[in-house]
Amino acid sequence: MKYTEEHEWLREEGDVFVVGITAHATGELGDLVFVELPEVGTVVSQGDEVVVIESVKAASDILAPIDGEITEVNTALAETPELANSDATGQGWFFKIKASDPSQTAGFMDEAGYNEFIA
Amino acid sequence: MSELLKTPLHDLHVGLGAKMVPFAGYDMPVQYPLGVMKEHNQTRTKAGLFDVSHMGQVRIDGAPYADLAAALETMLPVNAIDLAEARQRYGFFTNDVGGIEDDLMFANRGDHIFMVVNAACKDADIARLKSVLEPALTVTPITDRALIALQGPSAEAALATLNPAVADMKFMDVATIGLAGADCWISRSGYTGEDGYEISVPNAQAVALTQKLLDHPDVEAIGLGARDSLRLEGGLCLYGHDIDTATSPVEAGLTWAIQKIRRNGGERAGGFPGADRILREFDEGASQKRVGLLPEGRAPMREGVELFETADSQTAMGRITSGGFGPTVGHPVAMGYLAIAHTEIGTTVYGDLRGKRLPMKVVKMPFTPANFKR
Repeated sequence: MKYTEEHEWLREEGDVFVVGITAHATGELGDLVFVELPEVGTVVSQGDEVVVIESVKAASDILAPIDGEITEVNTALAETPELANSDATGQGWFFKIKASDPSQTAGFMDEAGYNEFIA
Repeated sequence: MSELLKTPLHDLHVGLGAKMVPFAGYDMPVQYPLGVMKEHNQTRTKAGLFDVSHMGQVRIDGAPYADLAAALETMLPVNAIDLAEARQRYGFFTNDVGGIEDDLMFANRGDHIFMVVNAACKDADIARLKSVLEPALTVTPITDRALIALQGPSAEAALATLNPAVADMKFMDVATIGLAGADCWISRSGYTGEDGYEISVPNAQAVALTQKLLDHPDVEAIGLGARDSLRLEGGLCLYGHDIDTATSPVEAGLTWAIQKIRRNGGERAGGFPGADRILREFDEGASQKRVGLLPEGRAPMREGVELFETADSQTAMGRITSGGFGPTVGHPVAMGYLAIAHTEIGTTVYGDLRGKRLPMKVVKMPFTPANFKR
């Protein structure tokens, strides 16, 4: 698993990356009440706003960590946004993205690096 | 952060693991480890304890109550004179254009008036009170007392363990009652839509009293995050957001707080700042009105979202002033201002959210029934 400074995690699964946000991030945001996911097939660039999440307190944007095409979204989050709180790196995933340039993930942190980053 | 003020309960919040944020010049707890959602539900189902020591506490002395109240009536469009002893009332300072400078609670405490005003406005409020009332009367900011609110259906039972006399108080009663050895000025009120109390306690005893209340199994500390969602569901205005120096009490739907005696035809009609506009709006209606809004979808619509008549109309006819997710409602809720023609209950309007027009319905407030002990 790799981590970004935007508190996203990426897990490589075949030719796609599964993307979500970390338990640290959902802990900071508080209980999620709404998740707006992109449409499957959307082509995004690194840094694009792809997901809007809302906690009781505020709305936040989730940025595309890499260039690519959205191949699948976690529709369960639309009905049960709290999955991102209860199982951030499992059932709480946001979308899958097919990387157009997998080397963009080279600079991302590993788990130890991320834990140090949030310490 | 060193310039932020701290309430007497600051260290206690930090010890409880609160996330602290700047609010109205104070370092305040926005949430505790429980989290906003659970803190909200705790207050609706059991009891929540809030530190509201950042709010301004003020005493007005120097004449019999009727004379203090008569002087106050030159600043507030409320009936202060006929407020019975040991009773509290909601009111607001108006300005010359009929807008609201701050909203507040004031109480008839026999030989003086006790007032609680918003933190962000307190310096201006005190200056305004002094400029109008002094030197004939004395205006004293109370800085040696903390203010805590205990809110929720278990508030009475929890507070009564310290002194059963609090159970005899009714909504908006005020009394001086000893709690855990502290001389407390208590009102049966709050700003969550729940039954409860606001307790002014000497700084030196504030931590001990708070700790005693938190020791009760039904009481948890609650932060500003849940305070906001609770008051929003309760349909209660947040000063600086839902009401401000430009909005009139008639626009804001606060006409209930202006008793008949201060309106046209009343014995003491007018005589407060902005009376021309406010009394005219009573008779002729205002051009816009604050309404409750229920988004049809699951997306929360927050402050600043512009409101439109249709999914493609070009000109906004209103704006959300407070909005978010209502944990008790289980759905997003909002309030805002709409042009008067669109304020009928049941009207559908459209909020512009991130470039999409999302439908919402004009609904009655509060979103959750008020549980006051009348």
